[in-house]
Amino acid sequence: MIPALLWSVFVFGLDALRVTLIAVVACLAFEFVIQKYLMKIKPMITDGSALVTGILLAFNVPANIPWWIIVIGALASIGIGKLSFGGLGSNIFNPALVGRVFLLISFPVQMTSWPVNNRSGIDAVTSATPLGIIKEGISNGTPISEISKSLPSTVEMLFGEIGGSIGEISAILLILGGLYMLFTKVITWHIPVSIIVSVGLVAGAFWLVNPEVYINPVYHLFTGGLMLGAIFMATDMVSSPMNPKGQMIYGVGIGLITISIRLFGAYPEGISFAILIMNAFTPLINTYIKPKRFGGK
Amino acid sequence: MLKTFKIGGVHPPENKLSAGKKIEILPIPKTVFIPVAQHIGSPSTAVVNKGDVVKTGQIIAKSSGFVSTNIHSSVSGKVKKIDLSPDSSGYPKQGIFIDVEGDEWMEEINRSSDLVKEFNLDGPQIVQKIQEAGIVGMGGATFPTHVKLVPPKGMKAEILLINGVECEPYLTSDHQLMLEKADEILVGTQLLMKAMNVEKAAIGIENNKTNAIQLLTDKAKSYKGISVVPLKVKYPQGGEKQLIKAVTGREVPSGGLPIAVGAVVDNVGTAFAVYEAIQKNKPLFERVVTVTGKEVKKPSNFKVRIGTATSELIEAVGGLPENTGKIISGGPMMGRAITSPDIPVTKGTSGILIMPETEAKRKTYMECIRCSRCVSVCPMGLEPFLLMTLGQKQIFDRAENEKVMDCIECGSCSYTCPSNRPLLDYIRFGKAKVGAIIRTRKK
Repeated sequence: MIPALLWSVFVFGLDALRVTLIAVVACLAFEFVIQKYLMKIKPMITDGSALVTGILLAFNVPANIPWWIIVIGALASIGIGKLSFGGLGSNIFNPALVGRVFLLISFPVQMTSWPVNNRSGIDAVTSATPLGIIKEGISNGTPISEISKSLPSTVEMLFGEIGGSIGEISAILLILGGLYMLFTKVITWHIPVSIIVSVGLVAGAFWLVNPEVYINPVYHLFTGGLMLGAIFMATDMVSSPMNPKGQMIYGVGIGLITISIRLFGAYPEGISFAILIMNAFTPLINTYIKPKRFGGK
Repeated sequence: MLKTFKIGGVHPPENKLSAGKKIEILPIPKTVFIPVAQHIGSPSTAVVNKGDVVKTGQIIAKSSGFVSTNIHSSVSGKVKKIDLSPDSSGYPKQGIFIDVEGDEWMEEINRSSDLVKEFNLDGPQIVQKIQEAGIVGMGGATFPTHVKLVPPKGMKAEILLINGVECEPYLTSDHQLMLEKADEILVGTQLLMKAMNVEKAAIGIENNKTNAIQLLTDKAKSYKGISVVPLKVKYPQGGEKQLIKAVTGREVPSGGLPIAVGAVVDNVGTAFAVYEAIQKNKPLFERVVTVTGKEVKKPSNFKVRIGTATSELIEAVGGLPENTGKIISGGPMMGRAITSPDIPVTKGTSGILIMPETEAKRKTYMECIRCSRCVSVCPMGLEPFLLMTLGQKQIFDRAENEKVMDCIECGSCSYTCPSNRPLLDYIRFGKAKVGAIIRTRKK
């Protein structure tokens, strides 16, 4: 996640760093206070999980968000998302996403005004995300060929010269981070690949049928936090299934729900909801989808 | 691409400190304690009494059923007593104490080291001699060898696999035996093939023992039907089912025996014992034992008489290091910590591992973070995290449905767990309980 964070600081200025630090400190503090005084157990903040939750939460919000909103998000993440279920290992939902969705529903305006490139020295300009632009355009009846003119190019999307949350903008750095985690065996390929492939296939099919209403699948893959969600959020060990077959079902489920929300739902982006919905299915998947047994049929 | 098994597996640091160390003969101790139960199956019945004079190689306990075997004296001398004393399980077991006097062998044993290749016994005769010589699986499982050679009704053996994998870290006894006794192992393999009436045998060796692979491949050319299969280094490839999968591609069905896919697996040590029993008339009363550990002065491979106390072996490698935390009988993955240095070497003792305190201590364990590494390394395709919980919570019917009985207790799950959870301990507990439930159900 470090490369994506550094890029974000570069693009959004020190605001990104400020938000990330606030989120991390708030998550660690809530974890410590709740474990020590409410749950009366030995605080486990050294295990690093609250740190990761903090970074992921920051990655999911705009860089210009007020500090108190992040703190509320951290409380939702750690308090509701994680510790109310019993702490690390027992939480059903990805804590950072619980925080994010909590904020998205509670503070829709602050959560969706995105600053763009801040390097020119002038004050940050807010703009919609690419998927937001498309969604709005389509609902106004504008054909895609018209909307495309106001969209960033593929290269801009790859490198993150677009509007969006802190951690979602640079697809290529997120992919690099993902490859690093694959290489060091922190994650396996099953979840990210099945999400990306299923989103790509469905988006591609719609685009082929009617390119005037449905945008090129490349936009779906490189924007809207898809890479962030697929690589860093859906792969959260605690809330994802425990064997490759189950993980692929989970991944395809996330992919299909994401694309359904994007194409037919009210929100332009949908992966946070999709992951939370499939988190809820994880225990079911674990119960019914078993790894291939040695010597079994 | 080297062959290997497909599901799971880990690669712990090999630490083969005693590799290449010639097999030395350990001096005969002053007394030995020979347990009457050194194998899987019913314990043998002692046939000597206090005060009897015995010779090296003489039967001192007789087989008490089909799945049982004979036990021979490893020394000459006088029976001191027949009494209880702990073996490597830690529990007191019945055994025969002998005070050593000289080293007088039974007359019929051929003590020369010349290679004898020819034999003219038929299959059943070989099986009978193996049974009489008290040979058991020497890789550690100690299942009586003659039982495996006679397939149950309706099943037929097609291939013999000789296990030279030695996938446990630290251990080198099989490796060294292959280097020093290659021809003997090959003749033993032929004897086993004849006993089972099969035309094909394969010796599986992991690729970290290239000199043994080279040597046996060369020598095997002059033995009909025997091939050597180099294998990728991966624990637990020495597990019977994993080895069969790696070499033949066949998968022993859940709950089944290797013979269900036409295979029988024997250790290289067993093949060597078979050679000695048949070509030299020498029953099983000594074996090769690796004595090793990071702090040990002189890690070594010894030929040891059965019944020798562990303390004698430790003396021979320069004494117990000061910071010793644990003494393990077997390898670090599947071996058991022994409770006293008096515990004797038995037919299944492949090594004595002396672990420093820093490594022997269990780390404090934390919550399961559901990372599923245990699932991905389980060579049997099980879900260790779930089996552990089911064991802890004593939900045995579900543990049975989740195939707890398929667990081969290789410990890959505990080894790989980032939260240091004692997975195997609880799985073993669940397995023992479920096993008991299944047995009562059958009655």
